[in-house]
Amino acid sequence: MNGEIVTDVIDVVAALLLVGGGVLTLAAGVGLVRFPDALSRMHAATKPQILGLVLVLVAVALVAADWATLLMIAPILVLQMLTAPMSAHMIGRAAYRTGNYRRDLLAFDELEDDIERASSDAPPELGTGDPPAPTTPA
Amino acid sequence: MNLVAILHITAGVLLGLGAILVLYRLVRGPTILDRMIASDVLLTTVNLVLCVEMVIGRHTRTLPVVLVLAGTAVFGSIVVARYVSRQALGANEEVQRGER
Repeated sequence: MNGEIVTDVIDVVAALLLVGGGVLTLAAGVGLVRFPDALSRMHAATKPQILGLVLVLVAVALVAADWATLLMIAPILVLQMLTAPMSAHMIGRAAYRTGNYRRDLLAFDELEDDIERASSDAPPELGTGDPPAPTTPA
Repeated sequence: MNLVAILHITAGVLLGLGAILVLYRLVRGPTILDRMIASDVLLTTVNLVLCVEMVIGRHTRTLPVVLVLAGTAVFGSIVVARYVSRQALGANEEVQRGER
């Protein structure tokens, strides 16, 4: 009797976690449709990728309730947490370089300052600058 | 119909609505990067649906599929992002004007 009640509670908690994952996926879909540029859409896309997957996998572990499942779930989470930032980095870099963002929506753009400084501090090309001062050995 | 079944159906409906919205962005684009982000989210949605099905069916047989999908999803976006060029300049002007 007592065990049945515990099983029912676990089922309800797991179902609530599933609903949480569904809400995050719907939020990502709404964000992808409503947000104006690729960089903002990346922000919406990350919600189900990490938190949604964590919630749903916790639900799987709760219902299965054995160590083999937990050992399978741990590498899934580790792989997802390792690879999601990699793809986000590459997509964000490509979006910046191709200008796929709304400049008027940026609060600030630190990369632009760095690019300007790097191009203005560049050493003069060969043959255009002053010749180096002759060094006389002391 | 008990509470757990209602919650399961709710989760399925939410995942389906999210997938439809993601598909809209996948078709509309307008640039390849938007489509890449949308296809990433669609793959994550497939992962979540597999997990939800496991909870409802009370088995863990599709966990290896989820593992492989979570590990290899990154290659597609990296390869596409490497080769994105300035081909989408017209679409970018739409972005700057705030259309779409």
